[in-house]
Amino acid sequence: MLGRVANTIFWMNRYLERAENYARFMDVNYNLSLDLSPNETEQWLPLIMVTGDWELYQSLNDKVEKSKVIYFLAFEKENPNSIYSCIRNARENARAVRTEITKEVWEQINELYFLVKKGLEKKRYTDTKYRDFFTEIKKGCQLVYGMYVSTISRNEGWHFAKLGQVIERADKTSRMLDTKYHLLLDTPKLIGSSIDLIQWAALLKSVSAYDMYRKKYGKLTPACIAEFLILDTEFPRSILACLIRAEQCLVILSGSSVGFSNVAQKKLGALKSQLEYVAIEEIIDSGMHEYLDDIQKKLNDISSAIYNSFFRIENHIHP
Amino acid sequence: MSKLDFSSYDTQGFYDEMFDENNVVRPNYKLFLNRLEQIGQGKLNRLRHSTDRAQLSLGMTFNVYSDNQGIERILPLDIIPRIIENSEWSFIEMGLQQRIKALNLFIQDIYNDQKIIKDNIIPKEMIFSSDAFLSQLQGFTPPKSIWCHITGSDLIKGADGKYYVLEDNLRCPSGVSYMLENREILKRTFPELFEQLDVKPVYDYTHVLRDTLESLSEKEKPTVVVLTPGIYNSAYFEHSYLAQQMGAELVEGQDLTVQDDMVYMITTHGLQRVDVIYRRVDDDFIDPLVFNKDSLLGTPGLFNAYLKGNVVLVNAPGTGVIDDKAVYAYIPRVIKYYLGEDMILPNVKTYICDEKDDCKYVIENIHKLVVKQTDASGGYGMLIGPKSTKKEQQEFIAKIKDKPRKYIAQPMINLSRVPTMTGDTIEGRHVDLRPYALYGNSINIIPGALTRVALKKGSIVVNSSQGGGSKDTWVLNS
Repeated sequence: MLGRVANTIFWMNRYLERAENYARFMDVNYNLSLDLSPNETEQWLPLIMVTGDWELYQSLNDKVEKSKVIYFLAFEKENPNSIYSCIRNARENARAVRTEITKEVWEQINELYFLVKKGLEKKRYTDTKYRDFFTEIKKGCQLVYGMYVSTISRNEGWHFAKLGQVIERADKTSRMLDTKYHLLLDTPKLIGSSIDLIQWAALLKSVSAYDMYRKKYGKLTPACIAEFLILDTEFPRSILACLIRAEQCLVILSGSSVGFSNVAQKKLGALKSQLEYVAIEEIIDSGMHEYLDDIQKKLNDISSAIYNSFFRIENHIHP
Repeated sequence: MSKLDFSSYDTQGFYDEMFDENNVVRPNYKLFLNRLEQIGQGKLNRLRHSTDRAQLSLGMTFNVYSDNQGIERILPLDIIPRIIENSEWSFIEMGLQQRIKALNLFIQDIYNDQKIIKDNIIPKEMIFSSDAFLSQLQGFTPPKSIWCHITGSDLIKGADGKYYVLEDNLRCPSGVSYMLENREILKRTFPELFEQLDVKPVYDYTHVLRDTLESLSEKEKPTVVVLTPGIYNSAYFEHSYLAQQMGAELVEGQDLTVQDDMVYMITTHGLQRVDVIYRRVDDDFIDPLVFNKDSLLGTPGLFNAYLKGNVVLVNAPGTGVIDDKAVYAYIPRVIKYYLGEDMILPNVKTYICDEKDDCKYVIENIHKLVVKQTDASGGYGMLIGPKSTKKEQQEFIAKIKDKPRKYIAQPMINLSRVPTMTGDTIEGRHVDLRPYALYGNSINIIPGALTRVALKKGSIVVNSSQGGGSKDTWVLNS
C-alpha cells in the first residue's frame, strides 16, 4: 500500500472517531445541563477544556454560552477540530483513498458531509434540533464503522484504519476523564449528592460506558470509574483496551509479534505494558491529572512514530 | 396521470435527433417515446432532480478553475437520452478507426522519419511551432508504436444531419466516467425506460482499458497505475473511478520515485516497481527535470525512464501536437497520405489564420465564423462570430493579426439538438458527442459516448465549465 494512502486512511478514521466523540460529548452535556442549575459557563466550559481548544475559543468568542460553545464545537470552520472540520477532512481523505474503500463506505461518508454542510447552512437551531443533529452525526459515523466492518477486507488498509480509530478513541477517553474527574472531586460539598451521581453518570455516558460499567461494578465510585475507563481490558473504549487493539494492528502491519521492529511498536508496547501493570490506587496516588496528561503525550508520540515508521517517504528511498 | 405532451415541441429549424422536420418521431426514438409516455409528465418532473442527488452521493463533482470558492458542481444529467441506431453507429465506428489509425501513424512519422513533411503534405513550421511538439522525442518509438492509446474525439452533427469531427483530444480526454455512471444512474432512476429497448451495454470499458494498458508491457502481470494531479483536479472523480474499477493503484507524483531510470511507487513496505502509467497529468507537468520546473505534480526522472523504455506512459507524451487546432485542418490530407483512403468522418471546414488567404477571409467574415485559439480547450479562448459584439470582433482581429499561428476559424455549425427537460417543459438543446476509443492490440470503440448538452437556451457551448450538462448515449442493437 502507498505510504501516503496509508497515512490518509489512518487520519480519515481518526477524524471520524473525533467527530463522533464530539457529537456524543455535546449530546450528553446537553442532557446533563437540563438537570443542573442554569449556569452556562459552569456547564459548557469543561467541554471546551476536554477538546483542548480553549485558546482558540477565546480568540473567537467573548463569553461562554451554550449556543456559542455548540457552534464552536459543531460548526466553526476556524476550529480544525469542529465536527464540521472533522467530517470535511474525513471526506477529503476518503476522496483521496477512494480506490481503497468501498462504494458503501464512500457514499456514507459523503452523506455525512452533506449532513454537516446542511447543518452549517442552517441559521437557527432549536434545542430539539440540536439534539437531532448530534444523534444523526453519531448514527452516521456508526454507520460508517458498520460498513467498514462488513465491506472492507482485513488488509493493510483495514489495520491502519483501526489503528487511527483506537488511538483517537484512547485520547478522547483520557481527555474526558481528565477534565471531569477533577471538576467533580474539586466540589467536595456535592460528593454523594444526587447531583454528584448524575455528573458521574454523565461522564460514563460521554464515552458510552454507562451500561457496561453498571454491569461490572454496580455502584458509581470515582476510583472504579477511573479504573474502568483507564484499565479495563474488555470495554472497547477504555484506554488499555484501545492500546491492546492498536498493538494487534501494529503486530500485523510490522510482521513481528515478539519485541518490536519499529519505533511505533516499541512505544506502543511500552505504554500498553505500563497500563497492564499498574493499579488504579497507584494512579490516584501519583496524581490523576499528571498520569492522564502523560498518557496523552505518549499517544502523540506513538502517532508520530507511526508516521515515521510507515508513511514517511525518506524511509523508503532505496529499493 | 397526465401524458407527456410533445405536440408543442418545436425543432425551430434545427436538426433534431428525436423528431424530423415535420415533427414526426424518428425511428430510433419511436419505442423510447412510447415508453416515456407511459411514465407520464408528473413522475418525470418528480424524478428530474434524482439524477442530481445520485451524482452528489456518488461524489461525481468537480470544481471550476475560475471560481476558486471550492464550490462543487455536478455535470447535470438530463434524463432524455441520445439514441443512435446501430447502422449510424457502425459508420461512426469505422470513421473513428480510420482516423485514429492514421493519426497514430502521423505521430510516429513526425517524431521519426518526417516523411509527411518531406513530401510537402504539411509545412514543417506547422509541426515545430506547436507548443505540444516535444523535440526530446525525436527518434523515439513507444511500445508497439502506439502513441494514442486513449482517444475521446468530439463529434457534432450539423443541420445536414451529417457527423463531423470537431476535435480529436489525444492528450487526456476526460468524461468516460460520465458515460459509465450516467448509464448506471439512468438504469437506477428509470429502469422502465430500458425495457424492450435493446441498448448496447458499456460496462466493459474499464475491463478493456485494463487489458489495453497491460498489453503495452512485456511483463505477464505488469503493475498498472493511474497518475492523478490530486483531489483538487476537476477530473479527480474520474481518475479515482477508473483506478478503482480497474483495480489499479491511484498515485500522485509524490508517490513515485525514479531510481536508476526505473519507476517505483513508495509503499509502506518499501519500493514497488511500476510498469504502466495511465497518466492524467499533462505533458508539461509529468517531470520537473525536463518540463515545467515548478511542477509539483510530476516525478523527477520519469521522462528519462520512459525514454529508456522502462515504463509505459499512456497516452504517450507528445501526442498533443495533433490537438493543435491548426494541425487539425490537415487531417483529411494526413488520412489520404498514410492510408490512401478518403476520410470517412469529415472535418469541419477550417481556415488557418497563419495562411494568408485564409487569414484575410477570416478577418473579413469574422461575424459569420467561430474563431478558436489553436492551443486552448474547454470552450475558452474562442469567439462565436454571430453571437459576438463588434467590439469583441475587433479584439479578436487584433489578436489574430498579432499571432496568426495561434488562431483558426470555422463556419458556425448549428449543432443538432435533443429534447431536454427544462423546468416543466421539454425543449430542444444543442449537443455534441464524445465516443471513446482504446488502441491496444486493435482499435476498440466502446458502443456509447458522453453526449454533452448546452443547457442554456440557444447556447452551442457544451463544456462543463460553461453551463453544459450531459445525456446518456444509447447505441441500439438494431
